[in-house]
Amino acid sequence: MSRTDIPVSRREFLKRMGTGAVGLVALQWVSMAQPALAADDPPPEEAWGILIDLTRCVGCNSCALACKASNGLPAPDVAPSALSADVYTFVEAHTVTTADGTAGTRYVKRQCMHCVNASCVSACPAAAMYKSPQGPVVYRPERCLGCRYCEVACPFGVPRFEWDNGLTPTINKCWMCFDRLQQGEQPACVSACPTGAMRFGKRSELLAQAHAQIASNPHRYVDHVFGEHEVGGTSVLYLSDVPFEELGFPTGLPETAPPEETEKIMNQLPTVIGGMTALMTGAAIFTHRKSNRSLEPIQAEKEE
Amino acid sequence: MSLIASPVLWLMIALGVGIPLVLIAGVRYLAYRLAGRPDSIASPSFDPLELPLPRFASSWQAVRMLVWVGLLGGGVGIIVLRFVYGIGAVTNLSDQFPWGLWIGFDVMSGVALAAGGFVICAAVHLFGLKRFAPLTRPAVLTAFLGYLLVIAALVVDLGRPYNIWRPLVHWQHHSVLWEVGICVATYTTVLFIEFLPVMLEGAHRVQAVARRLPVMPVARMIRKFTVVLAVLAVVLSTLHQSSLGSLWVLVPEKLSPLWYSLYLPVFFFISAVAVGLAMTIVESTLSSRAFKRGLELDLLADLGKYAAVVLVIYLLARFADLIARGAGPLLVQANLQTAFFWLEIGLGVVVPIILFSIRPLRYRPAVLFSAAVLVVVFGVVLNRLNVSWIGLLPYTGPVYFPSWMEILVSFTLVSFGVIAFGLAAKYLPVFPAEAER
Repeated sequence: MSRTDIPVSRREFLKRMGTGAVGLVALQWVSMAQPALAADDPPPEEAWGILIDLTRCVGCNSCALACKASNGLPAPDVAPSALSADVYTFVEAHTVTTADGTAGTRYVKRQCMHCVNASCVSACPAAAMYKSPQGPVVYRPERCLGCRYCEVACPFGVPRFEWDNGLTPTINKCWMCFDRLQQGEQPACVSACPTGAMRFGKRSELLAQAHAQIASNPHRYVDHVFGEHEVGGTSVLYLSDVPFEELGFPTGLPETAPPEETEKIMNQLPTVIGGMTALMTGAAIFTHRKSNRSLEPIQAEKEE
Repeated sequence: MSLIASPVLWLMIALGVGIPLVLIAGVRYLAYRLAGRPDSIASPSFDPLELPLPRFASSWQAVRMLVWVGLLGGGVGIIVLRFVYGIGAVTNLSDQFPWGLWIGFDVMSGVALAAGGFVICAAVHLFGLKRFAPLTRPAVLTAFLGYLLVIAALVVDLGRPYNIWRPLVHWQHHSVLWEVGICVATYTTVLFIEFLPVMLEGAHRVQAVARRLPVMPVARMIRKFTVVLAVLAVVLSTLHQSSLGSLWVLVPEKLSPLWYSLYLPVFFFISAVAVGLAMTIVESTLSSRAFKRGLELDLLADLGKYAAVVLVIYLLARFADLIARGAGPLLVQANLQTAFFWLEIGLGVVVPIILFSIRPLRYRPAVLFSAAVLVVVFGVVLNRLNVSWIGLLPYTGPVYFPSWMEILVSFTLVSFGVIAFGLAAKYLPVFPAEAER
């Protein structure tokens, strides 16, 4: 994994910190305030994504097994039934009523959604969760505090913590096979899919393809690409022929990315710092003048 | 019984008894090296490292003491277990509910309850309310110990606590938790500097130290910066008290609308100011009982009056926000969240407002103390637990209730704080001398 991907802007920010003035810090902060994606990253549409067509999935578990093998996870020949610290993806079976009124089974592959503006990335106090310009949200254990705020923040309940590890627990989740991506390969799960239910490509192209597919088969697909707008957009997109809420997808997700709200608050901080400093200093000067004293502290006790 | 055969139990007991013994012996050894043996035990029949055997007034007191020491030993043992077998071995936390009692109570409530430090300092040093000056030292001590406990709880709760310094290096100005981390680290340093003169004065009383080190000049030098430190304390506290609320702004789909609001940071800050005042009342009343000092009733009653004003603002803001968000109908539902909401608002805000605003009630120490305790327990601790626990349950399902081990660790940490406060109050000039009040 590349370690040189620290946004230039922050390096410069730290450099300028050397000049030291508090006011400058506040000014810098305002100018630096930006979403979790750094300014020199390509826009999110250029990033990679995965389109999963649920109508084509037959629940063979090839993807989940390929994932285990590719990431060196234990029990590589056992099909997993839930995400865990050792399972980055699994296939979930849902019994549903299909469009023609008969009962059928639909399989949903679950994994990290690689949100465009990811809550976990915004939450992380040490940039252990990192949204790479290429699209995957990757985890850097050497920076991790183990605070688990990423787990609290994730709208899809994806990250998994090693609860039985006393000293070196890590957060575990799908990283879109970032190692394979950097060698020009596709994620292991996509390569392993025998039915072509998964497609790997630029997110914007996948979105266009998904909408084209819906337009040419309006009776087959629900007119909704899951992940296009949910929590500001995700890099993993789903197509389905039954409503997503019947397949256990979270409903009621906001269309704006949750980090946008916290970033608005964080952008207020320079104002809060400046305002409070001015207010408190003003109060101190005023009260000390009123009591006809210089700015020397009022003491609780006489010195011995 | 397998529990008795388990080496873990014996390890817990050994460490629980052994660590306090080593600490006590070490502190005494250091004290004797610095100050020389007290005359009373200078005779050769006394071993200077002999442990002090406390004299108990009654056998009931002795039993109580033994139970307490046993519990603390158990708590220390569980902390050791957590580092051997992982957080999952001692807590009921899971990937569905990753933050529990240690964050909701020890960290989020702990920071709020330590707000007295900046509130009293601001009143005395910035707003010129000089008559509250006798309350500053205990308030700063409470805050300093509170933040040390918060950090201790974090070290236990963080999976990789040796990386706790990372936020100081990897600046993440979009991360709320990063900002909380920076502010807690900086403000704990500020509190240390604010409390340093008291420690130096205490050291000055030990002749051996006073002769060798220039403690009083250093203390005087620090005092010159009192006003600057007070401004810093207010600014840093405003930032992170509010940001503990912002932490939850990130989870709009998870937190019940009874508490979720974009104004959570504002509510957390206002309630922190109120509980800062209330904690000062609680802590002063308790220490006046414990150390048999007089009670600064007129000062404390005034704090209660101010707390009532802050609580009224808080109450109006909370309800204005609830109504504006259209969450009004949730207030009359029959479920756990609504019940806990009214418990919090009713017992923790409305009742204290009434008790604090009626003058004759306010001047009765028992009423004043009870009202302050209500603000602390229901107004703020329950609020922080509602936000971090009860309010999340409709989304997560009933997946979390703290394990007895989590509760014991929290109890242990709070107990260490109380012991440290007692020791500091005994050996350092925390409370003004009787004559000067």
